[in-house]
Amino acid sequence: MDILNALVALLNFVIIPASSYGAQLALGALGVTLIYGILRFSNFAHGDTMAFGTGVTILGTWGLQAMGVSIAPLPTALLALPFGIAVTALLVLGTDRAVYRFYRKKKSDPVILVMVSVGVMFIMNGITRFVIGVDEIQFDDGERFLISAKAFKEATGLAEGLSLRSTQVITVVTAVLVVWALFWFLNSTRTGKSMRAFSDNEDLALLSGINPERVVAVTWIIAAGLATIAGTLYGLDKSFKAFNYFQLLLPIFAAAIVGGLGNPLGAIAGGFIIAFSEVSVTYAFKKVAGYLGPEGWQPDSMLQLLGTEYKFAVSFAILIIVLLFKPTGLFKGKSV
Amino acid sequence: MTQRNILMFAAVLGLVLFEGFTGGWNTALGILNMGLISAVLALGVNMQWGYAGLFNTGIVGFVALGGLAPVLIALPPTPGAFNAGGLGLILAFAVAAGAVALAVVINRRARGAVRLLALPVVMVAGFFAYRALFDPAVAAIEAINPSAAGNIGGLGLPILLAWPVGALFAAGAAWVIGKTALGLRSDYLAIATLGIGEIIVAVLKNEDWLARGVKNVNAIPRPVPYEVDLQSSPAFVERAASFGLDPVTASTIAVKLAYTGLFLAVLLALVWLSERALKSPWGRMMRAIRDNETAAAAMGKNVTRRHLQIFIIGSAVCGLAGAMLITLDGQMTPGSYNPLRFTFLVWVMVIVGGSGNNWGAVLGGMLIWYLWIKVEPWGHGLMGLITAGMADGSAIKAHLLESAAHMRLMTMGVILLLVLRFAPKGLLPEK
Amino acid sequence: MSFLDASGMTGGYGAADILHGCTLKVEKGQIAVIVGPNGAGKSTAMKAVFGMLRLRGGHVKLDGEDITALSPQERVAKGMGFVPQTHNVFPSMSVEENLEIGAFLRRDDFRPTIDMVYDLFPILRQKRRQPAGELSGGQRQQVAVGRALMTQPKLLMLDEPTAGVSPIVMDELFDRIIEVARTGISILMVEQNARQALEIADMGYVLVQGANRYTDTGAALMADPDVRRTFLGG
Repeated sequence: MDILNALVALLNFVIIPASSYGAQLALGALGVTLIYGILRFSNFAHGDTMAFGTGVTILGTWGLQAMGVSIAPLPTALLALPFGIAVTALLVLGTDRAVYRFYRKKKSDPVILVMVSVGVMFIMNGITRFVIGVDEIQFDDGERFLISAKAFKEATGLAEGLSLRSTQVITVVTAVLVVWALFWFLNSTRTGKSMRAFSDNEDLALLSGINPERVVAVTWIIAAGLATIAGTLYGLDKSFKAFNYFQLLLPIFAAAIVGGLGNPLGAIAGGFIIAFSEVSVTYAFKKVAGYLGPEGWQPDSMLQLLGTEYKFAVSFAILIIVLLFKPTGLFKGKSV
Repeated sequence: MTQRNILMFAAVLGLVLFEGFTGGWNTALGILNMGLISAVLALGVNMQWGYAGLFNTGIVGFVALGGLAPVLIALPPTPGAFNAGGLGLILAFAVAAGAVALAVVINRRARGAVRLLALPVVMVAGFFAYRALFDPAVAAIEAINPSAAGNIGGLGLPILLAWPVGALFAAGAAWVIGKTALGLRSDYLAIATLGIGEIIVAVLKNEDWLARGVKNVNAIPRPVPYEVDLQSSPAFVERAASFGLDPVTASTIAVKLAYTGLFLAVLLALVWLSERALKSPWGRMMRAIRDNETAAAAMGKNVTRRHLQIFIIGSAVCGLAGAMLITLDGQMTPGSYNPLRFTFLVWVMVIVGGSGNNWGAVLGGMLIWYLWIKVEPWGHGLMGLITAGMADGSAIKAHLLESAAHMRLMTMGVILLLVLRFAPKGLLPEK
Repeated sequence: MSFLDASGMTGGYGAADILHGCTLKVEKGQIAVIVGPNGAGKSTAMKAVFGMLRLRGGHVKLDGEDITALSPQERVAKGMGFVPQTHNVFPSMSVEENLEIGAFLRRDDFRPTIDMVYDLFPILRQKRRQPAGELSGGQRQQVAVGRALMTQPKLLMLDEPTAGVSPIVMDELFDRIIEVARTGISILMVEQNARQALEIADMGYVLVQGANRYTDTGAALMADPDVRRTFLGG
């Protein structure tokens, strides 16, 4: 029995990675759920909005690096974020004006809007590839580790190393700040309240003099911000590759639905539920069990429920279970 | 068919003929054959969207599942594979199915704490029992001649039999998804199918015992003669010479034409069946449901059940198209199942062709496939023109030339949005 | 000159007219009630006054000003408050936030108005932090009326405020509505519970097929044997 080492291994391979991944999913799901709450459709272009925002942020990072600007030990990308958000916000606002507004005025069926968002996804995908290419890009230039496995082993004398990458901490801290700011905005400002009112009861919001176009525009700007931040954090943590963001769409949707579409709090909970399930189902618990078992004993199998190549199956399974048993999500979402 | 329809189809045929005269008949027939398969795919998706308004974003999965059928049906059996792990696999799947069935029964019968406890216990226990049987069986199968086989192999049956089997595979998957996601908000089906699409492709990529995963399966038997056999047949060479063709060109064209015939037969049969179905009482009910779900439900129609039916049928057609595709390619390469290409491109076909109209779907399938093939060289040409004035070796020129490859995704997106906005009924509107 | 003067309103949603020269007038600080059988166009008449329906004929004047061409939002700014029959609160928002949204267009300090609403409906002060969706039907109606009062309307329009609430709550609501009228706000109200509504009405309109059948003071209508027999059940 070696509980300490088991705990360290668990922290190192499950809890820390899942926390930062969960924070990234939560930010992505928040964007999806906000758009759903206000515009009432599932935005399939959100993954590619994340990719686009990240791509622009990377361009900004390169620009800053070329000018010799640095905020070391933090990655330069954080400094480039406002630029990325601004450009992405302009793009989605332009998209709304050119594409979505027409269907909104016509009061089209949500499924039409979903399909339109697929068209937008194609175009954004093309723009992203055009702007930054399809190659994998590493753009994290900050300090790599807060705690390195080697230093941890030396300091504690434990057999198991614990590494804490700075991007993981940055991810969680940024996500906490962003979520705090978002909730403050939604709950305490006039515009934020008008968005909640619009999401709750559109007709009554109109009667109260709330300008729908303004609410929609603010929503797009916030969604662009969330998407860019989530995408950049994901890219810092792993790496940037346009196609990966399309694949993030499924866990993000799953997170938003698990939490209850249209419910911001639910999106955050959903993000962490998905991330923790995904990481723990695809993690081989052999090591942890070995520490927990009697001295010198090792389990025969890897104790891995699913290979990492099936991590999307985890989001999917959770999605199906929620749809079967509680289609409105764990927190009360908008509608079935 | 109206005059407009005939004109439209004549135009598409004209494009193929033009390609034949300018780019060679081999390319032209290649485009035509893939166009026919695309038309079948579009037909299947059109059933779901045009008849019932169901948004399936996992077409790639159903196509891939259909593509599995030729591998499992037509490939010769891997010697020893079944003895090594076949029984284990069957047992494993039986256990899995049993656990799911038990879980369903518990979910229906049990109440309260019993249900809450028993359900996870059954699922978890079932999963571990399944893995205990499944893992050794897979290991045994994958150990057999891994460089050439390492998979369970096929049944060695005629490949044409694989086509309906591919449809059945896809129908099975559609049943599971439809049971879950239909009857809820329309968005949910879109999201659930997005998931199943990714998962089916992941399974094909990673389960080497099934279809060798990314190691690919080659040399899948054909329903048509091989070029080499034709070239060594004196009768064929003589016929070719009488057309003024050399044996090699003639044989490739003949093989492609044989495929064209097969695909055309399937396509026409499907169109005929769909048209019949649409005009039947069943079709009228489907349309009534699509036009006003609430009213149809109020009249006692079981909307969700009808949607499930059409979702399964449409997916089955996609599976059929998937099997045809693998038959044409002669190989299974799971890495090529890209959702942009196999899901969203098909959507562009359906929307452009005219949602709800079978002939429209066929037209859209063939036309969009043609554009999909041609937009890339056009993009290169356009970029070549744009960058002609720039200095050689400049970074911008290199970047622009390189990005021409991505132009076609964007073009498809633009086409989709333009058609949705300005001609939502498509090229051949439904009457 | 009446405070609200909606005369000769003719119009409907599609090709067919629902209103045929319907006239509704409310004096300052008085209560006017629209009653009539199902399908008489009561709610439609209300919506026409509020500008949710395009009129083919007639005009709507508020305080002497012709507002026939204005949108509902613009009419809110002119001093109309409207309480829809259903979906009349923001369910996930707290009672106080509901009231704040009611005052969305106001740039001045609206605290006193909130206090006024709380004085009118003391239970809402207790439940100010609770989401409106969790309140009982009667309390929700109070939130809905309170929200409409937040714009400090000069004319408050209520579409069947007592639909689906118990008789006790109904009496309570009517009492509050009288109180609101005493502060100088004119009230126009559609009611199913014709008898009780006419009891508190200064003016009553009996609509049949989109046109005025009887128009008189509430008391006079209650006393009219024809009205009693046909519309009040004896």
